[in-house]
Amino acid sequence: MQNLIRTRTTIVWLFLITATALSWAIGSDHGFGGGGRTAASIAILLVAVLKIRLVGRYFMELREAPIALLALFEGFCVLVFGVTVGMYLLA
Amino acid sequence: MTALMNTVDDSTETTGRVRRVPGEPGLWILLFGDMMVFLILFGVYLHERGRQTQVFDHAQETLNRNLGALNTLLLLASSLLVALAVRAVRGESRRLAPRLVIGGIACGLGFIVVKAFEYHAKLAAGLTPQTNQFFMYYFVLTGLHLVHLILGLAVLCALWVLARKPTLGKTQLAIFEGGACFWHMVDLLWIVIFPLIFLVR
Repeated sequence: MQNLIRTRTTIVWLFLITATALSWAIGSDHGFGGGGRTAASIAILLVAVLKIRLVGRYFMELREAPIALLALFEGFCVLVFGVTVGMYLLA
Repeated sequence: MTALMNTVDDSTETTGRVRRVPGEPGLWILLFGDMMVFLILFGVYLHERGRQTQVFDHAQETLNRNLGALNTLLLLASSLLVALAVRAVRGESRRLAPRLVIGGIACGLGFIVVKAFEYHAKLAAGLTPQTNQFFMYYFVLTGLHLVHLILGLAVLCALWVLARKPTLGKTQLAIFEGGACFWHMVDLLWIVIFPLIFLVR
């Protein structure tokens, strides 16, 4: 049981929980105005992409997958960041 | 594609870490296809938001961010339990595997309860997909995700059956990993949907 829980996956999970709390705190703060709001939104999207990258690499175990599959996933993460931040700023 | 994703025989532990496809190569075509469809929807959502920023920002204020965050935590917990279940069925902690899968299912059911509460509150307040573009996308994106989550729960039930078997063959192990990856995708999609709809202003 202890060996099962003492893994990098659990540490990654703790990081994911912390990141969620952070995004929630930034996103729920109504004090942002003007530029601060844009910066906060971009930060929230960046955190989201970092989180999905961790889910893919550790939970889906893609960091141990063949390079081509791993690259496909990393490419997807870059695409998510590009599309969301790009559309947020340009649309 | 399949040549690129060649599964390497993982019987050679002495040669260090052998790269291998989690689950089965065909599954990844399905998962990436699904993820791309959602990515397009994210782009469309932000495009529409750009056209009516005030309508979207105003409507977003009516959402309960705490419930959205709670659902994120439920799915993260669920994903961890399922990831640990995969490790358990591989190793000596096999007896724990069914319980870990049940834990994952319970968190998934928790998500549905929270979502039902959220939908009910919206509909009771007269906020429907017809209200405005924001609620149209809110219901489409979260609804489509919910369909995936329900499918994922059915997958987890199948994994529970597998986890209870005394031994698993190579194919069964691959099915177990693949099913777990589908569940992680449900988590992954929500990790983007939550900030996109609930937080980004």
